[in-house]
Amino acid sequence: MIVAEQKPLDEILSALGASERVLLVGCHGCVTVCAAGGEKETEQLARLLRVAGKTQGKKISVETVTIERQCDPEFIEPIAAQAHEHQAVLSLACGAGVQLMAERLGSIAVLPALNTLFLGVAEEKGTWVERCQACGDCKLHLTGGICPVTRCAKSLMNGPCGGSSAGHCELDPELACGWQLIIDRLEALGQLDQYEKILEPADWSRARHGGLRKVNREDLK
Amino acid sequence: MTKSMGKLEAVLSQGKFAVTAEAGPPRGARPEVMREKAALLKSQVDACNVTDNQTSMVRLCSLAGSALLLAEGIDPVMQMVCRDRNRIAAQSDMLGAAALGIRNLLCLSGDHQSFGDHAQAKNVYDIDSIQLLQIARQMRDEGKFAGGDEVDGRPQLFLGAAANPFADPFAIRVPRLAKKVAAGAQFIQTQCVFNVEKFAQWMQGVRDRGLDQKTHILAGITPIKSLGMARYMATKVAGMDIPEAVIARIKGVDKKLRKQEGIRLAIETAQQMKEIPGIHGVHIMAIEWEEAVSEIVAGAQLR
Repeated sequence: MIVAEQKPLDEILSALGASERVLLVGCHGCVTVCAAGGEKETEQLARLLRVAGKTQGKKISVETVTIERQCDPEFIEPIAAQAHEHQAVLSLACGAGVQLMAERLGSIAVLPALNTLFLGVAEEKGTWVERCQACGDCKLHLTGGICPVTRCAKSLMNGPCGGSSAGHCELDPELACGWQLIIDRLEALGQLDQYEKILEPADWSRARHGGLRKVNREDLK
Repeated sequence: MTKSMGKLEAVLSQGKFAVTAEAGPPRGARPEVMREKAALLKSQVDACNVTDNQTSMVRLCSLAGSALLLAEGIDPVMQMVCRDRNRIAAQSDMLGAAALGIRNLLCLSGDHQSFGDHAQAKNVYDIDSIQLLQIARQMRDEGKFAGGDEVDGRPQLFLGAAANPFADPFAIRVPRLAKKVAAGAQFIQTQCVFNVEKFAQWMQGVRDRGLDQKTHILAGITPIKSLGMARYMATKVAGMDIPEAVIARIKGVDKKLRKQEGIRLAIETAQQMKEIPGIHGVHIMAIEWEEAVSEIVAGAQLR
């Protein structure tokens, strides 16, 4: 899922500026799962904004609505009229959701309430960790199902570097060395001989370096 | 090849014991710093590495630093890290280096930027050190860029890489060296050796696979300047192995004599390295202490 976290309240207030009628829009997608922008978080943020407004002597009127997905126009259209009754829309979706809302809602400002962080997994309750950088050229079949681009701090295709120490990355003793994980997994799979194959330079043109990416599926049109 | 051979390659190909050292460029546009280091090192070494923004602190670039050493009559080993260059810049710098007469290139991944004073910088890591070696070899031997087009004037570079026998997992440290050799590493400079026993164990594995016949291995030697430095390297530098006995030895002498003890230890280690089969030289990394190099070279009778 896409993992995000809420921006500091001061930053949100500063982005809202003089807006007095604000619509907070939550999303039932990834940000609900990572407890950053679902219905519950949207209501919580609304309460905080009302209190902050009072403290600053402003009359902020805050309404809330949470839609299925902000990354899909069909769920945005039904709230367009409601949105236009406000001076600003504060979106609790990921960056993709914020942008599609802004495109679809046109003349109303859509502001982000979250910082979008990464594509990750829930390692345990309350802990999410990055797993994928969406590089567009998956090599997990060569590396024991562990991504060197994401898990190695230097994205080395032929690691580990000389800083791998007792299973940890030199950046942080709390952080596992991605290449130690890859080697352990290859060993468990009986594929350690794979290690000596030199992985060729990646084709980053399939990552964001090749420009805006698009998937066009004629069979679905 | 012979025509363009640098001193390091010549010494190693003649089967002589090579000595290299390191000259870290200044944090400013002062060429005289490189000239002063050159004066201290010139008669002591066969070649001298020029570090590439080591520990991710901005310094005079290794290409210019290498050119400055070359002008002083030293055979420079230009270090190149993958942190700051994509494959376009890396190949371009190789052409520039070769055109200026630089003959040695050490291919490295590079320290992560979070260790330096520009932790907010974006890193590159388009390729890694092994891929960098492959690209350099392809340009030199096949006359082709990484993209496949022809190189008009092949860069004649003697290619090196680093090896750290003390990093984990130990079991892949020999296979990793094999990958670097397969990618084109003609010489290897190792991490500083303090744990001689572990280093010898790694070298046994290297010899078992015949890798010492395929590349020239230079053992890393670093003189310890102070107890603080020993402790710092032991606890704060990942992949550095400093046995307790080494720290105890430095601690055991009077504070004023610790520098001298550090040099004595470096001399002893260098002598031990000469005795290990398959070691073709030493790489002395006297960090901002170039004066120590001559003492180690003389003390261990390296040249």
